[in-house]
Amino acid sequence: MKIHEYQAKGLLARQGIPVPQGQVAASATEAGQIARTLGGRVVVKAQVLVGGRGKAGGIKVVDTPEAAESAAGEVLAMRIKGLPVRKVLVEQACDIASEYYASITVDRAARRNVAILSRAGGIDIEEVAATTPEMIAKAHIDPAVGLRPYMARALAADAGVPREQWGRIERVLCALYEAYIANDASLAEINPLVMTAEGALIAADAKMIIDDNALFRQKALAELREEEEDDPLEAEAHRRGLAYVRLDGDIGIVGNGAGLVMTTLDVVQRAGGRPANFLDIGGGARSDLVESALDMVLTDPNVRGVLVVIFGGITRCDEVARGLIRTMAERKLDLPIVVHLTGTREEEGRALLAGSPVVPADSLEEAADKMARLVESRTQAA
Amino acid sequence: MSILVDADTRVVVQGITGREGQFHTEQMLAYGTKVVAGVTPGKGGTETLGVPVYDSVLEAVRQQGAEVSCVFVPPAFAADAILEAIDAQIIGIVCITEGIPTSDMIRVQRFAREAGTWIIGPNGPGIASPPSCKIGIIPGRLFTPGPVGIVSRSGTLTYEVLAELSAGGLGQSTCVGIGGDAVPGTQFVEVLELFEDDPKTEVVALIGEIGGADEEIAAERIRTMKTPVVAFIAGKTAPPGKRMGHAGAIISGGQGTAASKIAALEAVGVPIAEIPSQMPSLVRACLER
Repeated sequence: MKIHEYQAKGLLARQGIPVPQGQVAASATEAGQIARTLGGRVVVKAQVLVGGRGKAGGIKVVDTPEAAESAAGEVLAMRIKGLPVRKVLVEQACDIASEYYASITVDRAARRNVAILSRAGGIDIEEVAATTPEMIAKAHIDPAVGLRPYMARALAADAGVPREQWGRIERVLCALYEAYIANDASLAEINPLVMTAEGALIAADAKMIIDDNALFRQKALAELREEEEDDPLEAEAHRRGLAYVRLDGDIGIVGNGAGLVMTTLDVVQRAGGRPANFLDIGGGARSDLVESALDMVLTDPNVRGVLVVIFGGITRCDEVARGLIRTMAERKLDLPIVVHLTGTREEEGRALLAGSPVVPADSLEEAADKMARLVESRTQAA
Repeated sequence: MSILVDADTRVVVQGITGREGQFHTEQMLAYGTKVVAGVTPGKGGTETLGVPVYDSVLEAVRQQGAEVSCVFVPPAFAADAILEAIDAQIIGIVCITEGIPTSDMIRVQRFAREAGTWIIGPNGPGIASPPSCKIGIIPGRLFTPGPVGIVSRSGTLTYEVLAELSAGGLGQSTCVGIGGDAVPGTQFVEVLELFEDDPKTEVVALIGEIGGADEEIAAERIRTMKTPVVAFIAGKTAPPGKRMGHAGAIISGGQGTAASKIAALEAVGVPIAEIPSQMPSLVRACLER
C-alpha cells in the first residue's frame, strides 16, 4: 500500500527525522494561507501516489503567498499519470548544499532488510545503480539485531560521507529503520536527504510503501488507504477483496491460483487473444464469490467474452459451475463463455453446465484457442 | 528416494481443528501420510480424525515424535506458530498460510536458519514425495512416483503441470511448493541443491513466475549442475508495477520480468516450455539423453 509524501513525512517525523516545515492543503486558498504562515520561499508539491511528479509539473517553487496560491490552483487541477491531484503539500524550501539518498527496503534474495545510502541523492536511484553503482553503499540488517549506530556509521563511511556528518547521518538512518519496522514498511525512502549550508539534514522528500500483508495490524495506516489505483474497476475489486488487475484487452479471465491465472493470460495472448484482466478467486471459493468475480469482470465494458479456468483442489468445480449458472441467469448474458474445469467434482461441474450455452474445453490451450476465435468472430460480426 | 520428506516422516498439523486443517488432514491421512499429532492451543487432550490433539508443538514432539509440522494457522498467528515449532526442535515446517507479513518471515527465517530448521512456504501448496507422503494441500491423486523433481512458486499451476506429467507417465520423486511470497522460507537454488544430491531425481521441472530474482539465482547454480532442469515461467503478459495475486509476483523497477528469467535460464541451457503442456516432452527429452 502506497502512502502520500506528507503521510510518510509524518511517520518519519514521529521518529525524530527532520522534515521541512509545512502543511497539506486541499484548495488554492488554503495553500496561499500556509505559504503566508511559512514565509519566504516555499515548494508546492502534488500529493499523488505515483512517481514523476516533478516532470509532470506537479512540483513548483514559489516566492510569494500569491504565487503559492496560483501554483496550487494549477497543480490541484492536474491529473498525473491518470490520478487526480486532490492535495498539495506546501512546505518551506530547503537551502540545499548537497543531497543524499537513504532508504530501507527488502532484499528478497538475501531474505533480509537492507539499508542503502548514497551521496548521489536527488536522482533516480535506479539510474545511479545503472551508471555509477560504486556510489551506492548497502548494509544488510540482521532482524535480531536491527540497524545499530555502529552499522549506520560504517555505512556512512562506505558511502564516502565526510566524518563531520557521520553523527547526523547515523541518527537519520537508525530512525529511518525504526520507522520502517514500526510501520511494517516494505520501503522507506528519503530522496533527497538534503544537507543544508548549516550542515543540518532534512528529509526533503519521503516515500513509504506499507506491506499489504501487515495492514491487519496497522489499523491507522489501513485507514489511509486511498484509491491508489487509477482504475475505478481495480478500486472496486479492492473493496470486494478480489485479486484483480485491469488490462486493456477484451477477454475477461477468471481462475483459481495466481500462477494459473497468469499462465491463462499468457496462453490467451499466445492464441492471439487480448486479456482484459487478471482475476484470482483463490482456493475454496463458494458460488457467491464466483458470482462476485464474474460480475467484476463483466463490469468492464471492453469485455467481449469470458474465460474461466479452474483446477480444483479445495475449490469445487460444482460450486464454480453454480456461480456461473446464476450469473448467466441473472444477467441474461449474450457473450461467449468458455470454461475449462478440472479437479475436485469436475464431473458434477461439467454436468451442471451441460445444458447451458457455456463452451467447454478439455485443456488450457483449447480453452484459450476457442475463446480467442469466438471473440474474434464476434468482433468481425459487429 | 526423495528430498526432505518420505514415507516415514512423522507430521504434526498446527491448526488441525480449523476448517482448512480438518479438510487437508483428512486428505493427508487418506494419502498415507503419517500424521501423528495435531496442535490447537486450548484443545489439548482431544482427538480428531483419529489423531491426538495437543496444546503445544513441544508436547506433540515429546509424545508422538513429530518431526515435520504443517502450519494451517491464520496470518496474524502464523509467525508465532512457526517460531513455536522451531523452538520445539521440529526439523522442518511446511507453511500453507497466505498473508504473513514480510517482516515476520524475515525474523522467523533468521531463527529457522540458526536452528537448522527448513521452512517450505509460506503461501504454497506444500510438499509431497509420492507414493505415500504428502504434506499440505496438493491433491494426492495427481501424483505418481518417478524420477522428476518439481519445484514451484505456484499452487494450482503446479497441479496443472503435475497432471500433465503423471498423464505422460513421468512420475515424481518430490514436489516442492516454495510458495508465492516475497521472502520464502526456501529458495529455488536451495531445493535444486537437494535434488542434485538425490540419486533418484533424474530431471527437475522448475515452475517460476514474475517478481524477484530467485530464478536468475537458480540459473547460476544450474550452470554447474549435473541433473538437467526444464522450466516454465508464468507472467509473460504481466504489466509492470502490478501485484499479480501472489505477494512476490510483481515487476518493480524493471526487475523481475518473465523475459529476464527466461533469458537467464536459457543462457545456462534450460529448455523453456512456452505453455505447461509442453513440459512432459521437455522432461522426456532429458530423461532419454
